Amino acid sequence: MQLITAVIKPHQLDAVKEGLKSIGVAGITISEVKGFGRQGGHTETYRGAEYAVEFIPKVKVEVLAAPEDTTKVTDAITAAAATGKIGDGKIWVTPVSEVIRIRTGESGTDAI
Amino acid sequence: MRWKLLTGGGLATTAMLLAASPVLAQDGDVVVEEVDLYVRFGGTAADIAQTVILDNIFIFIAGVLVFFMQAGFALLASGLTRAKNSSNMMMKSLMDAALGVLVFALVGWGLAYPGGDGGAWFGFAGWGIPGLMDGLPDLAGATEDGFYPLSVSSDFFFQAAFAATAATIVAGAVAERTKFVAYLAYTVVITGFIYPVVVSWQWGGGWLAERGFVDFAGSGLVHLTGGIAALVGAALIGPRIGKFGADGKPRAIPGHSIPLAMTGVFILFIGFFGFNPGSALQADMSVPVIAVLTLFAACAGALGALVSSWALLKKPDTSMAGNGLLAGLVAICAGVGSMDVVPAIITGFVAGLIVVPAVLLIERVLKVDDPVGAVSVHAVSGLVGLIAVGIFVDEASIGTQLLGAGAIIVFVGITSGILFGILKAVGILRVSAEQEIEGLDVSEHGAPGYGPDMLTPAAATA
Repeated sequence: MQLITAVIKPHQLDAVKEGLKSIGVAGITISEVKGFGRQGGHTETYRGAEYAVEFIPKVKVEVLAAPEDTTKVTDAITAAAATGKIGDGKIWVTPVSEVIRIRTGESGTDAI
Repeated sequence: MRWKLLTGGGLATTAMLLAASPVLAQDGDVVVEEVDLYVRFGGTAADIAQTVILDNIFIFIAGVLVFFMQAGFALLASGLTRAKNSSNMMMKSLMDAALGVLVFALVGWGLAYPGGDGGAWFGFAGWGIPGLMDGLPDLAGATEDGFYPLSVSSDFFFQAAFAATAATIVAGAVAERTKFVAYLAYTVVITGFIYPVVVSWQWGGGWLAERGFVDFAGSGLVHLTGGIAALVGAALIGPRIGKFGADGKPRAIPGHSIPLAMTGVFILFIGFFGFNPGSALQADMSVPVIAVLTLFAACAGALGALVSSWALLKKPDTSMAGNGLLAGLVAICAGVGSMDVVPAIITGFVAGLIVVPAVLLIERVLKVDDPVGAVSVHAVSGLVGLIAVGIFVDEASIGTQLLGAGAIIVFVGITSGILFGILKAVGILRVSAEQEIEGLDVSEHGAPGYGPDMLTPAAATA
């Protein structure tokens, strides 16, 4: 099993969610995060003085998938999250040793 | 000549004699000589002057309450929209008052009160405010019927607050997507042309006044005017990104703070006690009666919206009940100088009852995105108020009320359509999609309304 983690632009979340649902993904977890990448930060102006906003708000999306579905999921996220502009985000995949559904006690790919 | 017509007579004749002179009775108690309650002025010239001064100070305080409504509108609109646009919403309410008052002074006043023989569609008395620095009005004829007790400065202070109110109604309807510069341009046109021309028809002694149109405090002149401009503006700007799904169904974009929005409603509630009783334009015993009728209509309006939101939305919706209270207040403006208690309560209740389906209709059928319900609260309830006068007030005719409403809708619809159409054609009406997504606080004003708690290395080590 794999954990696919994507950091995306907040306003692409709807499109990513719809993209994942359309390929049959049964559930995702999201969190509001902040960070910087190549996009860097930007400056804002408050009463004439500038200040740096170094961490940009992003949304982190986490999806569990069976190994054979991993590419399908990353492709769907890439297609839905891309705007072509800097700051579109990243996707990474990490192996998961076990998954358990709490209600039923199912484990492994059955629990995804 | 500046006046608002007090019709219906009932209240006007309850005006009280203020200059009753106390005399000492034999046993030392102070008793008041029998006074004629139907004569407002009496006594010496100094007594008459005192009455007139009281009128002027009363209007000043009422005007302060109406200006306070700006805070209510700002909080209501800011609370019902997203946090990323909160600074922009507050800024719009500030600047439509600041810019609007000065523009109304420069050109609006001359258009609103053109003088002349009356009965006109359009007139212009000239730039600025003649006689602004004069003190007490001429007291000659003070004891006669129809004497107008307000100095030009009192009158302007009160009417400028109304102009700012008419302007700020639009802010909420076009929220979260309008360029700030476009909003400033709109403010100039509504306070410098659209609103004053409508006012001249009635309070300026124009053609509607001559036909016996009744709009005591401005259900039509202020609220219908602002509400129609709001509808046209929101329609021409188009909905916010994400408001309507691909299937055309509206989606909720919840406001960021119901407590802020409802605080705004409470402030507007208080402000209307300047708006309506102040429209008596003198400190007489009609004032507390108008205050109570205003109170009843507001409460009935909130109750009406409670009923319709519970029935239509399955839950007693908080901000809809707030809209309902405001709907009751807006609707009673027209008839509050001449209505009886039960009709006032019915008017408020019906306005509140209607405001919820009106919000749904505007969103689902007209597909117009009005984030705060400004069109429903001001245009629809304003119309309800004008029609209610036609039904409940003997001296008014429903035909004339509808004629006045129709004229306001057509005139404001066309002029604001031209205004927003030009702004759209020039390309300065709406912000870019990127700016809209980022929020207007940062893209238009440089910093968010709810700023970050700065934890810079310098601050952390300090």
